Amino acid sequence: MSRIGLFITCVNDALYPQTPKAVVAVLERLGYEVDFPRAQTCCGQMHANSGYRGDATRLAESFERVFGSYDAVVTPSGSCAAMARDQYPGLIGSDIGERVYELSEFLLDRAGVDDVGARFPHTVTYHPTCHGTRALGLGDKPLRLLRAVDGIELVELPEADQCCGFGGTFALKNADVSSAMLEDKCRNAAGTGAEYLAAADNSCLTHIGGGISRSGGPKPIHYAEILASTA
Amino acid sequence: MSTAFPQAAKVALGMPQLRSNLAHATGTIRAKRAKVAGELDDWEQLRSAAAAIKADVQRRMPELAVAFERNATEAGATVHWARDAAEANAIAARITREAGADEVVKVKSMATQEIELNEHFEAEGLAAWETDLAELIVQLAEDKPSHILVPAIHYNRTEIRDIFRNRMADAPKGLTDDPAALAEAARLHLRRRFLSAKVAVSGANFAVAETGSLVVVESEGNGRMCLTMPETLISVVGVEKLLPRFADLEVFMQLLPRSSTGERMNPYTSVWTGRAAGDGPKDVHIILLDNGRTEVLADEVGRQALSCIRCSACLNVCPVYERTGGHAYGHVYPGPIGAILAPQLEPGRHDDLPYASSLCGACYEVCPVKINIPEVLVHLRQQGPHQAGEKAAMGAAEAVMARPRLWRAALGAARFFSRPWRGRGFVRRLPWPGSKWTMSRDMPVPPKESFRDWWKERER
Repeated sequence: MSRIGLFITCVNDALYPQTPKAVVAVLERLGYEVDFPRAQTCCGQMHANSGYRGDATRLAESFERVFGSYDAVVTPSGSCAAMARDQYPGLIGSDIGERVYELSEFLLDRAGVDDVGARFPHTVTYHPTCHGTRALGLGDKPLRLLRAVDGIELVELPEADQCCGFGGTFALKNADVSSAMLEDKCRNAAGTGAEYLAAADNSCLTHIGGGISRSGGPKPIHYAEILASTA
Repeated sequence: MSTAFPQAAKVALGMPQLRSNLAHATGTIRAKRAKVAGELDDWEQLRSAAAAIKADVQRRMPELAVAFERNATEAGATVHWARDAAEANAIAARITREAGADEVVKVKSMATQEIELNEHFEAEGLAAWETDLAELIVQLAEDKPSHILVPAIHYNRTEIRDIFRNRMADAPKGLTDDPAALAEAARLHLRRRFLSAKVAVSGANFAVAETGSLVVVESEGNGRMCLTMPETLISVVGVEKLLPRFADLEVFMQLLPRSSTGERMNPYTSVWTGRAAGDGPKDVHIILLDNGRTEVLADEVGRQALSCIRCSACLNVCPVYERTGGHAYGHVYPGPIGAILAPQLEPGRHDDLPYASSLCGACYEVCPVKINIPEVLVHLRQQGPHQAGEKAAMGAAEAVMARPRLWRAALGAARFFSRPWRGRGFVRRLPWPGSKWTMSRDMPVPPKESFRDWWKERER
């Protein structure tokens, strides 16, 4: 049996325990054993993308030390998986990113499952987050998993492929532009009338959810939590 | 570090007419591009071919430039080399005077915008008249272009009518904002210029080394008038515009119109090779322009910016450009391509532009020559100067994150100290720099029980 390491990401470590719990629930339901190495922290993306190559290099090396011995690393973040796959070769000369899977990649490409046995009787709209969709090339993988969920009603999000305006430190350095992008995303999300807005990255959902918390609209949820639901 | 972009962006965001003009125009071109690019089965192969040809040019630039000079000279052109804007402008002004002229008509050209040829001519007592409709509008308004391909994208037709009425001496009385009427007014105005001009100035989309030919791709036909009617033609061409072979045009002529105007084919493509007896200009000059390009060439990651064919597809899909317009970038090349080109062409300036992006990657996805703009943005951020306070904060974050025990302690502290807000679930107002977040977004509060606590409990 191959060893699967769970990389929960620093954002979930700090704010969203329910998302990695959901990943564990889905993988175990499918018969996989998951390991959580406690020494994990952050993939280094914030540092790399903000221009701090030295800091990012040290965090990437630490990631490699923690996860180097696993056959597969599963993470509920398209953005962090893209960091390992796109930037680690240039940063630390490591191809560990080839073994880092965003959850939907692991389920569809490695486990070969699209129906994970979930039930979620609610209306859901899906925002394809930029790094997952473009950098990682997830395409509609998370959506394919959601379509197989029992009872779910998926509603299309207008201008879905437009960035929500998060962009890490972009949200602070260019706060006005970021807020203008967020405003449009929140308006489109609210317009769907859906109960939930699902995505593959809790960092983006923190941003969109932070806007919706003020302007009203669907409740943000990581799609892993929908896949874990059997209600 | 400069904060010019965030500040200028804020001003632009406060102009509802501008935002509506931009959203409408970029949205329209975006849809057209996606449709015609999607029609070609080999679109991805064309993109790869274009990227490979451009990479080859970058590796062999000196050799190709010399071959171009030789072949163009043999065909009767005079080739000049300009190290920078000042040299290029001085050469163009000298040729104009030697032709006995005090004015030139211009084909739309980014290179001459880059070297500010119009301003230089004006300072020397010469006049340079733009003949591209949108460039004419911008020149009449004494404004700057805000888009590479659609320089007047920030104006709607009512605003254009007002510019014509107030600034164009020969505008017809009672001019309306009907697009056909506006085009007719410009046509009559420009016709007089074409008929009297002795000298024309152009740029070029491509310079073919194998034959010494220049290529101009345009929509209106004003370029064709400039390239064929005056007796003297001066073309200012960035050295990165070189292509090795004439056959390479096959790739680029499929990519460029589709990526720029969203058309399968553009109305006018002019190709000329030196002089032709009894046809076109008698005196043909080509100014090969460096202006920082060879310095960019030295950066192995950054030099892919020199592959740009100025199609503007990246501007039209960029969520930042769509909301700020081009002026906020403070450079002749705006949008995603400008954010990687401007700081490289003018090192030490525009160091805020690589941050004018959420790294969403929409630009890379549409770029017809596959410039990995997000990669270059991150690369430039990693070269650039950092603000001291930010650098200290980032270093502190790394010091904690690189030590698992410290990291766990920090998360525990965050959970402990955020208890007062847990009931509500979010924080509405944070002190600076968190205030930059809470200006438009609530901040979630750390949970009572972390994943780590849950996992430890489970293991037991």
